[in-house]
Amino acid sequence: MQQEQGRWAIYVLLLLAALTGAALLSLGMGEISIPFADIPRLLADKESTEYGVLAYIRIPRTLLGFAIGGSLSLAGAILQGIYRNPLVEPYTLGISGGASLGVTFAIVSGLHLLNVLFLPLAGFIGAFAIIFLVYTLSLGKGGLSVNRMLLIGVMISFISSSLMMFLMSVTSAENIHGIVFWIMGSLNESNSTMITLMVVLSVFCLLVSYLFVMPLNALRLGEEKARHLGFNANGVIRILFIITSLLTGACISVAGIIGFVGLVIPHIVRLWVGTDYRILLIASFLSGSTFLILCDVLARTIIAPNELPIGVITGIVGGVAFILLLNNTKRKELKARNA
Amino acid sequence: MSSFLDIQNLSCGYGNGFRTHDIRLTLAEGSFAGIIGPNGSGKTTLFKGISGSLPLKTGRILLEGEDLSTLSWREKAQKLAIVSQFSQIADLTVEEYVLMGRLPFRRQFQFFDRKEDIEIAHHYMQLTNTYRLRHKSMEELSGGEQQMANIASALSQHPRLLLLDEPTSHLDITHQMQFLNLIQRMNEEMKLTVMMIVHDLSLAAEYCDFLLMMKDGTTYCQGLPEEVLTYEHIEHVYNTVVIVKTNPVSGKPVVFPVSERRLRDGNQEIR
Repeated sequence: MQQEQGRWAIYVLLLLAALTGAALLSLGMGEISIPFADIPRLLADKESTEYGVLAYIRIPRTLLGFAIGGSLSLAGAILQGIYRNPLVEPYTLGISGGASLGVTFAIVSGLHLLNVLFLPLAGFIGAFAIIFLVYTLSLGKGGLSVNRMLLIGVMISFISSSLMMFLMSVTSAENIHGIVFWIMGSLNESNSTMITLMVVLSVFCLLVSYLFVMPLNALRLGEEKARHLGFNANGVIRILFIITSLLTGACISVAGIIGFVGLVIPHIVRLWVGTDYRILLIASFLSGSTFLILCDVLARTIIAPNELPIGVITGIVGGVAFILLLNNTKRKELKARNA
Repeated sequence: MSSFLDIQNLSCGYGNGFRTHDIRLTLAEGSFAGIIGPNGSGKTTLFKGISGSLPLKTGRILLEGEDLSTLSWREKAQKLAIVSQFSQIADLTVEEYVLMGRLPFRRQFQFFDRKEDIEIAHHYMQLTNTYRLRHKSMEELSGGEQQMANIASALSQHPRLLLLDEPTSHLDITHQMQFLNLIQRMNEEMKLTVMMIVHDLSLAAEYCDFLLMMKDGTTYCQGLPEEVLTYEHIEHVYNTVVIVKTNPVSGKPVVFPVSERRLRDGNQEIR
């Protein structure tokens, strides 16, 4: 167990190093290339163009990448723990469907023209309406049923995407463009209050989730066993569901839909560091941050001076990585069975 | 002086469907009680009522004078451990798995495992012969080894009452005896009170000092093995013809099934 703690410390240090590397890369790369060594000097010189680029574009973007990547990945790790299903992510539960529906509604009805904050607000409200719906519908006779919650989430996703298509079919082409652009996701957020809020929220939720690492560990053996080990499984699941919903709702409303981070990153991290939530949560958070910052660098540079939607990059990179991984684990399982 | 475990007039069940009703049972500390009865007679439901997985419709369960329904999950987990026939196995090492048994005793905000907890887990891993497997994944273990790790975890919980739900029914005879002998030892040495659901009537007679026989959701009879395991009781409860003899070594009843053909051939004089 002593060696265990040493191993965990090494994981965290490695991930922090990777995160720092990714952040420096993100600050340095772009239309104007800024050498790492010059960054402190440039930040002191408020007159230069580079200062403007750093302070108003790249630093906010990097911070947002950190917060959103970390949050989505953390939410995914927790949800996979609650549902004991490695294929669950924030978006499978209908949360993104609800947020998209909210945003679509705001754009179609013209609400977003009144105030820039209405768009994220609509996303947030949409996400929470769906969460509430999924949650109450899953409350069967015998209390909260996790499988029911999953199925209802998937169904509600379908319903919201149909409603969204309906709204899109009756609105103008210009609005459709806005909706599609939002759905594809971007870390391009100019409102610095939102960025600060997002960073604070993500770190806060990470800290709060650490209060539940031992129940999450026990839940690896199922809800009943967790109860027999002394945890109020339903209560824990309820609180964690709310935390993850809050995180995902906030992410979607700020950055649109960025898929696969919450699915693939916790999955890969679990294979690497093991299933103990004491290390898994922080490792997922840091890996998600690093991954999203790197994806954003790609999105900005691949077809510069134009920019790709970040959702495209995370979807392709994450999806391919996941398929490769599935093949690998299948082979491993076969080997284990034959052995 | 009240008894160690006192189940009073217990009824519990699922929704409108099946339920277990009017169960009365008192056990002294250090008893080794067997729960027997056909499939669907309510044995597991009774356990679910005791463990709190199912709410009680009526009745009370007093453990050392305390009403179990007034305790929190954590307090309950400090008194009561359960091993079922099949356990949920995750991709944990055996050591991690056994250490889970110490979860009810963690302090709030305790992040790392205490040395004391690790020592307790190691102690029971050695007793169950799973210490050598401690770095292996639970998934790689055989059914018998998994069950031994399972009991190591339950014993690490330092329970006052241990509930075993058909713990040995899919084990070979080596693991079966190893498992039951260990439970017997814990029962004697630590005065651990054990309740065990078991299908093998001869095993029940051999190991348990008290039997509760169930039929259609309620108690059919209870008492010493030789009082409960008579061929009349068994034929009535199980609808099966058996012969009951006495084990020449232990003096406990042994139950032999009789095949239909044998009955047809009129081999009556055995009885």
